[in-house]
Amino acid sequence: MTTPIEKVSIVISKGSLEEIYPGLIMANGARAEGMEANLFFTFFGLDAVHKKRIDHIKVATVGNPGLHIPTWAGGLPGVSSLMTKYMEHQIEELDIPGIPEFVEMISDTGAGLYGCLASVDLFGIAREDLIDQVDDIITVGEFYEMAAGGQIIFT
Amino acid sequence: MPTQQIAGVAVEVNDEGFFVDAEQWTEEMATPLAEQWGVPVPLTDKHWQVLRFMRSEYFEKGTGPTVRKLGKTSGVTVKELYQLFPKGPAKLAAGCAGIPKPRGCV
Repeated sequence: MTTPIEKVSIVISKGSLEEIYPGLIMANGARAEGMEANLFFTFFGLDAVHKKRIDHIKVATVGNPGLHIPTWAGGLPGVSSLMTKYMEHQIEELDIPGIPEFVEMISDTGAGLYGCLASVDLFGIAREDLIDQVDDIITVGEFYEMAAGGQIIFT
Repeated sequence: MPTQQIAGVAVEVNDEGFFVDAEQWTEEMATPLAEQWGVPVPLTDKHWQVLRFMRSEYFEKGTGPTVRKLGKTSGVTVKELYQLFPKGPAKLAAGCAGIPKPRGCV
């Protein structure tokens, strides 16, 4: 029999809706399976735990071939907002929570939420700029210590 | 399908240990099942609230609720659910309530 996974540490490094959700779903799913789960938000991924930005996460409509719209059309004013509204609607239909509610729920499941120190410094973000559910701002070394013995997933 | 003795009754379970036929479950089985699934016993009223909700949802919809659904509709918050069933509320509650493992990503 294969050994079950006991712990996952998931890195969310990008700030678009389609790059934040997968990490959140994987963290939530890990907790649902009884695994320990940590989320590490780095670079633009920090938007997912940033008080002022968490409500305004958008779908990337430029340079996103998966959307199957021409790149020039993706750059037109309002297209990103429109596509975001559309996807948010689809997500709601499936009864998947919006990002702010989802992040709060994941924290309630007991998963750890961490900001990346280098990124926080780079963007000039203070602890107070991040939502209360963030447990700590940590270094990459501390992240690896925390992840020891488990799997690391980079998104 | 393997069978297992629970509270003196032979029950059909799948490879993961979930009931194949939810009708085979009786309330006397909840505590032995909880011990088997690593749920802290004795079971409290809140545990029972979740177990009953799991079963009613299963019989109504054909699948048990996910943690998100439980947190939204069972009257027990997500935080409490993880205190009651630390190693995964929907999965463990399904195990104790004698229903198949709920399927759903969120």
